[in-house]
Order: sequence, then C-alpha cells, then structure tokens
Amino acid sequence: MSLFISALSGLVFGLGLILSGMANPAKVSGFLDLAGAWDPSLALVMGGAVGVGLIGFALAKRRRSAWNGDAIDLPTSTVIDRRLLIGGLLFGAGWGIGGYCPGPALVSAGSGSSAGLLFVGAMLAGMALHDRLFARR
Amino acid sequence: MTLDWQAFTPWTALAGGLLIGLSAVLLVLGAGRIAGIAGIVGGALQALLSPGAGLASTIKAQAMRLVFIAGLLVSPWLWQLVAPLPAAEQVSGSLGLIVAGLLVGVGVRMGNGCTSGHGVCGLSRGSFRSLVNVVSFMGAGFVTVFVLRHVL
Repeated sequence: MSLFISALSGLVFGLGLILSGMANPAKVSGFLDLAGAWDPSLALVMGGAVGVGLIGFALAKRRRSAWNGDAIDLPTSTVIDRRLLIGGLLFGAGWGIGGYCPGPALVSAGSGSSAGLLFVGAMLAGMALHDRLFARR
Repeated sequence: MTLDWQAFTPWTALAGGLLIGLSAVLLVLGAGRIAGIAGIVGGALQALLSPGAGLASTIKAQAMRLVFIAGLLVSPWLWQLVAPLPAAEQVSGSLGLIVAGLLVGVGVRMGNGCTSGHGVCGLSRGSFRSLVNVVSFMGAGFVTVFVLRHVL
C-alpha cells in the first residue's frame, strides 16, 4: 500500500511536470525573464498546485494517520536562518542558469535526455558535496 | 515588462499544476509524507553514501523514496505511450548545466527543500519558513536570468 501510493504519487507528479511545461528549461527561463517577453504560465502551475494543496494539507492536519496507517509526518521546523536563505539563493541561481529544478531534471533524465542526465549527475554531486562540507554538525 | 502571449499556455500550466498538487496531496494523505523532491532524493542519496551514519531511516522509508523516484523517471515513458513528449529546449550548454546542477544540489540540501517541498507543500501548509525560502529562490532565479539575458 505504502509503496503503491509512493510510486503513483511520483508518476502523477512527473506527468504534471511534463504537462505544465516545467520540464522545458526554455519555458522556465521565459517565466524567470521578467525584463524580457514574460511568459506567466508557471505562476499558474504554482497556483494550481497550491490551490489543490491547501485543501489537501488542511485535511491532513486534521487527521492523525494516513490511509496506509503511518503517522502524518509534517515538518515542524520554523527556523529562519542563514542556511535557509543562502540555500534558497544558491538553488535559485542554479535554477536560473540551467532552467531545471530537481523534479523536472529527474523527469528529463528519465526520458534519456543527455542534458537532464548531466544536470542530475551534477545535482547529486552537489548534494553529496553539501553533506560532506556544509552539513550542520 | 511585456507579456509573451505566444508562449503563454495557461490551460496546460494550470492542469499540470493541479496534477502536481494532487500528487502531493495523495502522498501526504495516503502515506503521511511530504512530496519534496529534494528531500526524497537527498534522503536516498545520504543513505546510499553513508549507510547507518546517524540516519534514522527505515528500509520502508528508503523503499518509499526509491519507488517515488522510479515513478518520476518512468513518467515520460508512460506519457509517450499516449502522446509525443513536448519539446524541451535547453538554455545552457554542458558547462552551464554542470554549474547549475551543483548549485541546485548544494542549495536544496542547505535550504532543506526545493520548488516542490518548500514551494508546493510548504506554501500549502502555510509555512512561513517555506515562504522565506521560496522568495529567496524565486528572487535569485529572476536576478540570475536578468543578468544572463540582459547584462552579460
């Protein structure tokens, strides 16, 4: 049950990324280019996702356990620190350069795109690098 | 600012967003987990590279991460059974992709999330912490593309 739900969620997530245009770096770049000819599409992606999410997470907060019997594990941290900010800035800079965030990069890699595979390889290296050098001790 | 009406795809964007939201809701209501790609991939990678190094991760949690990632990887193949994949146009060369990937990898681990974890799930939970991260990565994205396209 847990594995089925997780796999289905990953699959639907990926299909949503493809349909929305998030898996196309040029589309992401067009959204981030406020000073050029701006393509507002991705605002609707976020709007649609958060619209559904608001309802779903409101329901989740009122439940004690999930359908599979596990506890609903919502993040509890409210810390606003330098790591949160700098992490966001670094991620945003990389997102702007390559046009990929982690989900769409995995989808592109899955489709066999050499750009997607290269980005995912570098992303995994970046994650490992972070855990080795910058992880909180 | 001018609007690029030719590139604007409101309906597929909205429909895709609804699917992404549904997926996140399915995972939290169905399995009690946050659909944060950075967290799921990072957790899987951490367990792979340093097994047992203080990581409180059960085999079940690990398997759930791996099948979620498998679902993402398989999604373009399922899509192709029905329709051709939409064209993906690159905005940077190999070196750019490597730099971008490294920045994204370090950034999402340091900030504890990405577009999905902080963006979709965090904003839906009403988390101020996530909002701060979203504002910082969106801001950096806008500035980076401005510099790349209009300054350099």
